[in-house]
Amino acid sequence: MRTMLGRTLREVSAALKQGQITPIELCQKCLSLIKKTKFLNAYITVSEEVALKQAEESEKRYKKGHSLGDLDGIPVAVKDNFSTSGIETTCASNMLKGYVPPFNATVVQKLLDQGALLMGKTNLDEFAMGCGSTDGIFGPVKNPWSFSKQYREKRKQKPHGDNEDSDWLITGGSSGGSAAAVSAFTCFAALGSDTGGSTRNPAAHCGVVGLKPSYGLVSRHGLIPLVNSMDVPGILTRCVDDAAVVLGVLAGHDCKDSTTIQDPVKPFMLPNLTDVSKLCIGIPKEYLVPELSSEVQSLWSKAASLFESVGAKVIEVSLPHTSYSIVCYHVLCTSEVASNMARFDGLEYGHRCDIDVSTEAMYAATRREGFNDVVRGRILSGNFFLLKENYENYFVKAQKVRRLIANDFVNVFNSGVDALLTPTTLSEAMPYLEFIKEDNRTRSAQGDIFTQAVNMAGLPAVSVPMALSNQGLPIGLQFIGRAFCDQQLLAIAKWFEKQVQFPVIQLQELMDDCSSIFENEKLTSVSLK
Amino acid sequence: MAAPVLCRLCPGRRWSLAYINRGSRHETGTPTGSRSSGKRGQSSGVQQPLITAEKPRKGEHEWAAVVGLEIHAQISSNSKLFSGSQVHFAAPPNSLVSFFDASLPGTLPVLNRRCVEAAVMTGLALNCRINKKSLFDRKHYFYADLPAGYQITQQRLPIAVNGSLAYSVFVGKKPSQLINKTVRIKQIQLEQDSGKSLHDDRRSQTLIDLNRAGVGLLEVVLEPDMSCGEEAATAVKELQLILQTLGTSQANMAEGQLRVDANISVHHPGEPLGVRTEVKNLNSARFLAKAIDYEIQRQINELENGGEILNETRSFDYKLGCTVPMRDKEGKQDYRFIPEPNLPPLLLYDSVSLPAGADPQQVIDIDQIRKRLPELPSVTREKLIQQYGMLPEHSLTLLNEAGLLEFFQNVMKETRAEPKKVTSWVLNTFLGFLKQQNLAVSESPVTPSALAELLNLLDRKAISSSAAKQVFEELWRSKGKTPAHIVSEKELGLLQDRETLEQLCQATMEEHPQVVMDMKKGNPRAINKLIGLVRKATLSRADPTVIKEILEKKL
Repeated sequence: MRTMLGRTLREVSAALKQGQITPIELCQKCLSLIKKTKFLNAYITVSEEVALKQAEESEKRYKKGHSLGDLDGIPVAVKDNFSTSGIETTCASNMLKGYVPPFNATVVQKLLDQGALLMGKTNLDEFAMGCGSTDGIFGPVKNPWSFSKQYREKRKQKPHGDNEDSDWLITGGSSGGSAAAVSAFTCFAALGSDTGGSTRNPAAHCGVVGLKPSYGLVSRHGLIPLVNSMDVPGILTRCVDDAAVVLGVLAGHDCKDSTTIQDPVKPFMLPNLTDVSKLCIGIPKEYLVPELSSEVQSLWSKAASLFESVGAKVIEVSLPHTSYSIVCYHVLCTSEVASNMARFDGLEYGHRCDIDVSTEAMYAATRREGFNDVVRGRILSGNFFLLKENYENYFVKAQKVRRLIANDFVNVFNSGVDALLTPTTLSEAMPYLEFIKEDNRTRSAQGDIFTQAVNMAGLPAVSVPMALSNQGLPIGLQFIGRAFCDQQLLAIAKWFEKQVQFPVIQLQELMDDCSSIFENEKLTSVSLK
Repeated sequence: MAAPVLCRLCPGRRWSLAYINRGSRHETGTPTGSRSSGKRGQSSGVQQPLITAEKPRKGEHEWAAVVGLEIHAQISSNSKLFSGSQVHFAAPPNSLVSFFDASLPGTLPVLNRRCVEAAVMTGLALNCRINKKSLFDRKHYFYADLPAGYQITQQRLPIAVNGSLAYSVFVGKKPSQLINKTVRIKQIQLEQDSGKSLHDDRRSQTLIDLNRAGVGLLEVVLEPDMSCGEEAATAVKELQLILQTLGTSQANMAEGQLRVDANISVHHPGEPLGVRTEVKNLNSARFLAKAIDYEIQRQINELENGGEILNETRSFDYKLGCTVPMRDKEGKQDYRFIPEPNLPPLLLYDSVSLPAGADPQQVIDIDQIRKRLPELPSVTREKLIQQYGMLPEHSLTLLNEAGLLEFFQNVMKETRAEPKKVTSWVLNTFLGFLKQQNLAVSESPVTPSALAELLNLLDRKAISSSAAKQVFEELWRSKGKTPAHIVSEKELGLLQDRETLEQLCQATMEEHPQVVMDMKKGNPRAINKLIGLVRKATLSRADPTVIKEILEKKL
């Protein structure tokens, strides 16, 4: 029998309802595991007191029989770029170190209103700019699979010269902290954000489900923006059903976010797909790129065959403008970044330098000290693209290309395709030492290659773990659905999830044996030198 | 001459070295100017070119000035343009600041319906085309009182375009004439106000008050159809009146609810427009006119002396009466505009395009707003002219003072006196008293009813007009007294007894034989002196026409 923490959200919710465990016990178990797995660096802030207080409240409700629903008493984690009232929100940046928002992001508030327990704020790339969760001021997040039995055993079989201790893997990003937190059983669901793949990419690397809802379905109020026109709060869970539960809570109009849909959202009741043969699955041929690892490619084919084998129509489709997506994204992303980051001037909140010779000098020093190279680089290029003489040639062109990319999807879906099936990432998670050989921009271009166009088009997409690679590492595939057909998309993903029976991560050593934890902590300090 | 000369018809306004010609674009204009209307009582309508005698001599240049305006009017609304913060003038610093106003990360703008309606209503009143779809943009610049580092405005597609504003300028001395003019309105856009910076140079600190940050503004862009300070000031006053009538802005310049930036250039007619300067933050109509005229003159002098005009931003130093370059606006600004991604396009509907079953709270129907438009000042003035035979300039004055029209109309309701008489009393006596004590109409101690009663007494010839003035003064001083009460208390009633009056005349003539002699010699002024003496003897209670009649009879 699986431990309580190893269960899915819906399973543990049932256990809470049946009194097999109380919210306080559950909360304490998670807190203790968070401490044990501190070396993963998944959390920036652990909100222990808040969580325990919430657990007490939840416990009272359960005792009275007034539970608020599926999320009552469920430990969750939130990426540290969502505003949390009274809890430091840093974006993993010096600029916001010590910043305590006076309000909750709408999605956070919705989770709390349902009785969820906020365990803490998870690590990320600074201001979510990256795809490794390696570029924040609190250091990189380590992929729990680096320490899994599955991966370790495969490593033993192969001769390798590297120091095993520093040979841990990245989580992907930028929501790597959230993915690691869910993967390592420290919480049952986590919020990420997804601008170019930042939820799906680490989900794939960490063997969890990563959902990017349709743009406009979930409120962005309180999410510290990267690219407003592409950002969506993402959901990371251990199974598709759990993602559907959380989405059901988060979705809907928010009067504080004018870009959310006005139509009321019906509760998400995820059906079991009975007749998959009526489905039409599209395989975009442009996603077969030379950089794609053969393992991922073969799993992708296997998945397609799976649908075919039950009578679904699987067809090759074309998204002809896909190859322009990354460069187009670069222009649009940096332009909005330049604009969004203008507010960080050290006046109202956040970091302020000591220089006070003039307002301008203070701005310059504050921003130089507050932002890392990646953020500063994007601000610089964004401002370049927005200059009067460049605006037409860069920004306007990129907007036009964005429209073409979005239209590619519209055309495919209009031709009768229900969902697209693609890889989520080029390969399984990379060792950190290998990953940091490339610069952030190159890495982002590679990391977001299959996920990024979806954000241009505002579509829903979900990464579902399919199988382990030869190295014993998770590989996820991505389903892309029609705008606002998130429910249908999840139903397909759920069917797929059931077929592939992705193995559970084996972290017994971590979870049960304190001595191994101790060893790992030592290991952390070595690698951080 | 083919090219229109742009500086025209500015009474008494002559640029040195400038040859002022009558604008060929002025089809309706009656030419005047201080020179051509030198004779009093000159019959109007005589079309005469202005200053025809003054051909430019050799070596002399003629200059034309071109003035355009950007006017920022604070929208009269309970809350800000994109946040729920209250809007109050003179609230304690930073007491009206929402998280959005302070640009806390993650906050998003939510458009205020009231501000949109105000923009549509203003657009309709200014004959604009209302765009059914308009867009918001970010305009970037770093400034301490702009927390987000950008202002949300409507650069690409504003809510209203292509309108016009009609106004009238006085020309010549009395009796003055009114020239109707029109300035085109390029666009009206919705945008955020900034906060306020207070520089404390002594402690080298800057204090920031964000109460104003995010308040809704209407930016009204007037095309460069004006040519001098007075035209600009008059156009602004007319716009101010329209905004106040609509209730879309309180438009009080002193409180900063109406701020004007002027773009000014000079050139030789027929040649391309000159380099323009921008004079910023003009917050009274008088300073606006002064600043523009100063700047025009400065540019002409500069060019005449072989200098050049820089495309720069200047401010008006009202103490020195001149414009000076603004230091912190030096260098070219690139605002790096970008579409505001957090606000969907603003869609407006009319009765035709309104989607069936649309929630009225979610949509704005232009036609509904059109129906709610109040009577505009120009229409009101026309009515006054038609109804009461009022002079146009009187109708202007009546509307330019808040509450004065209502006061006038209330007096009219209760009096039998001639409209002309009422107008004269309201505009000269009443308004004069108000101005003297710097009071608003609403603060007047004299009610419309009291003035009406007073004018009725005058109309019945129960009191003389000079006694009426005394009664008015008394009314002003002692609140609550009625005119009739004052008349009887001070014995100001007109002497109706002819016999007594005749005796007084007789006595006065006997006391002043020299004046009587003068009168008999035919000195026309002598009788007036005698009338004055008799009136004095009656304590101003006699009708001078009756005195005159008696005196003439007695001679």
